[in-house]
Amino acid sequence: MLRRYSVHILLILAGGVLTYLAYEELVSLYILSVLMFMGVNVILSASLNLVNGYMGEFSCGHAGFMCVGAYVSSVLGVFLFAKDKVFGAPLLDPSLALYAFPFIILAGGVAAAVAGLLVAIPSYKTRGDYLAIITIAANYIIISIIQNLGIIGGSRGFMGMKSVISSMEDVVDLPWMPIWVFIFTVFTVWVLRRYVSSTFGKGVSAICQDEVAAEIMSVNTNKIKTISFMVSSGLAGVGGGLFAYVIGYVNPGSFNILKSTEVLVMVYLGGMGSLSGSVLSAVLFTVLLEALRPLQIIKWIVIPLLLVILMQFRPEGIMGNKELGDVFPWLKKFYKFK
Amino acid sequence: MLANILQNLINALQWGSFYALIALGYTLVYGVLTLINFAHGDVFMVGAYIAFFVATFLLTTIGLPGWAALALTIPLTMILTSVVGVTLERVAYRPLRRKGANRLYVVITALMCGLILEHANLAILGASRKAFPPLIQETVYNVGGVVFTNLKLGVIFTAILTFLFLHWVVTKTRVGMAMRAISYDKFAVPLMGIPLDHIIVVTFVLGSGFAGLAGLLFAMSYPVLEPYMGALIGWKAFIAAVVGGIGDIRGAFLGGFLLGAVEILVVAVFPSSYRDLFAFSVLLIILVFKPTGLFGIAKTTKI
Amino acid sequence: MTVQPASQTDTAAVLEINGLTQRFGGLTAVHDFNVQLLPGELAGLIGPNGAGKTTVFNLVSGFYQPSEGEIRIGGMPTAGLKPHKVTALGVSRTFQNIRLWNDMSVLDNIRVAQHGTLGYGFFHAIARSRTYLDCEARIEREARELLKIFDLDDYADELPKNLPYGLQRKVEIVRALSEKPKLLLLDEPAAGLNSVDIQELIRLVRWIHDTFDVTIWMIEHHMDVMMELCERIKVIDFGETIAEGTPELIRNHPAVITAYLGDDKI
Repeated sequence: MLRRYSVHILLILAGGVLTYLAYEELVSLYILSVLMFMGVNVILSASLNLVNGYMGEFSCGHAGFMCVGAYVSSVLGVFLFAKDKVFGAPLLDPSLALYAFPFIILAGGVAAAVAGLLVAIPSYKTRGDYLAIITIAANYIIISIIQNLGIIGGSRGFMGMKSVISSMEDVVDLPWMPIWVFIFTVFTVWVLRRYVSSTFGKGVSAICQDEVAAEIMSVNTNKIKTISFMVSSGLAGVGGGLFAYVIGYVNPGSFNILKSTEVLVMVYLGGMGSLSGSVLSAVLFTVLLEALRPLQIIKWIVIPLLLVILMQFRPEGIMGNKELGDVFPWLKKFYKFK
Repeated sequence: MLANILQNLINALQWGSFYALIALGYTLVYGVLTLINFAHGDVFMVGAYIAFFVATFLLTTIGLPGWAALALTIPLTMILTSVVGVTLERVAYRPLRRKGANRLYVVITALMCGLILEHANLAILGASRKAFPPLIQETVYNVGGVVFTNLKLGVIFTAILTFLFLHWVVTKTRVGMAMRAISYDKFAVPLMGIPLDHIIVVTFVLGSGFAGLAGLLFAMSYPVLEPYMGALIGWKAFIAAVVGGIGDIRGAFLGGFLLGAVEILVVAVFPSSYRDLFAFSVLLIILVFKPTGLFGIAKTTKI
Repeated sequence: MTVQPASQTDTAAVLEINGLTQRFGGLTAVHDFNVQLLPGELAGLIGPNGAGKTTVFNLVSGFYQPSEGEIRIGGMPTAGLKPHKVTALGVSRTFQNIRLWNDMSVLDNIRVAQHGTLGYGFFHAIARSRTYLDCEARIEREARELLKIFDLDDYADELPKNLPYGLQRKVEIVRALSEKPKLLLLDEPAAGLNSVDIQELIRLVRWIHDTFDVTIWMIEHHMDVMMELCERIKVIDFGETIAEGTPELIRNHPAVITAYLGDDKI
């Protein structure tokens, strides 16, 4: 009985420890923010892996969907619960922010999913490489649209999320951002795992391995591609929303092709088609980014070089398409990975 | 009214020439290797910087007059940029090709190489922008209200010459035939005694060389250089190549000029911040209706 | 999967093709092709390489839309339907080059082939609802039963790429059968098999034909397989139908011999 729920217990404990450490300020704000970025990176890496790993496509514009989610959640939150220059007084009572927050983040996710739908549709008739083009173009288009929306700051950016967070902390005095990031990270991995381990989700893998056979063996390939793309971009939107609130400020330039490339690096580093790999590589990558912070200039030489070397000698990444349970079979007693 | 149209036409042709010259590098490599050489836009940037150093050296250290410096800078830039392109191929792409690695891995490597080029530039030369020295006397002509310079004409002229040259290479020379053969069936070609690696090197020489030329011309036209200058132009040129029909050099030129036209038109009517938005949107819409591009041939999957 | 004898009341054609013509650019791959397959038949389609046989199968599967002509499965026209919808009408097939999903277990190959009749969607899958659990249990049970019928249950967790070729072919046929089709298309099932496996294949196809309520249409180059199994054979060359009839008739038909071997005139 204990064994079956061991992972759940572990997660609750981890969440509790994190909350305690943050509340008592036993860890520095810096470490806390690194941990939160780690969570966001896990969400981004795992969600992109669904399309680039499990489905074997080449989507290069993940940051664009992040941007949609970031802006929708930020603007919604500030509009409803904070006083700011653009929207004036909050529409609703700020003390409700705590209960509405998850929905605000999810709203960002839904908006990003719709953006994903719009991007996916033109890709049906086109060959594999074309998704790269479409997603890159979409990334630029999304940033460009936001830059032209002066009402929410355009290129200068948008802020006000900090006051939404303070409103939450006024109601219940807990470090809310680390908690929300933790919850949504677990949620993301949970959703993705349940999707790909079901027979329904295995259709994604079938499309990757042989799309013609999948289509003829009763898999509605367009529908599955659409769903997968929407889930992937929706979760990226969730990550984007959390990212925006963690920083407290958002501007379209942060979601450019460089950010998309960061996520690509994480996916291929971890291993295409491995959820454990994505989580692992997100953690490692975040640490690497922080370690290279003093060497800001060569950061973006080291990281691409790393991936080039990876492609030469271990293109399947850290985990390949295996899960932790394949590498450490004794873990399978506690958790069904596939 | 007519003058306005002509003015925009000339601007579009000039602006599109850069896209066209870069796009053909993408299309040559894609046609032969089915590889999206994502580093190509940055090769263009490297070309511009090479041109900067060569021109500055010739002008100041050697003390050559402007036109002589230009005459030497053109071939030197093209040769040195080709070297960069071929080095990329030898060091990064060929080992993967040898191993028969999945195309995706090569594409990712290309993407990463582009980033390395950008940030190595940033690290070595610093963030300050470089000003390209003036090489020729820019004379402005005004014909019936249409304003253009000798440089603008030179750019357009160069692009057209390049197209004619490459068209000749691809259709009339043996190397060109080999390139086309590889694009149809990569495996049969070495079996026919054609050295695959040599042809691929030639492809990269051509593509990178003309990207270098584009870099030089761009630097002369817009004399401020910075490390990220290749990124956006590169992406756009690539999409233009695809819209034109990748694998076909007519497609690259058509796509490049089309993109130039779209951008000039947009900027003429809307505020310039909408330029990229419209450019990418138009390209996307064309792709939706004609997925293989304007000149592209649909390849059917056999089951 | 339940085993049923061929029903006697249902005499409507399982497959009906009328005036089927397929052009790819300037090439006419198939011209005025007609066929009518009745329930329970075991028919064959032969012809030299490039004759258009697989094109016909691809048209029936819905992979291409015909330039001209009509295809009906169990009376229902397939025009404009995507392949997965055509499969839902009751057709299933194997391929010239085995198209199993090699990184998925044999059991998963069978299960994913049920995608059209899963009975649940994305949200049920995430929520692991009662519907999901019941449907998954049913799918797994049926898949394992099917594997057991064909003596493949020991290989349920194997990856197809690790199995011998003959066994992979068998798995592919079983996967096609798991769709519970009215019409089973076998595209060169004997390709790449050694003589032992070919005998096994003949036994397998005959057994399937006798045991299940399914019409089988086969493309094959191995003449012994065709002659032994098929009740009726159609011969095409360059997209045109050149002969049709029983194996004995086809064996001696001059047009068929000419198509395969050329004629005596030099």
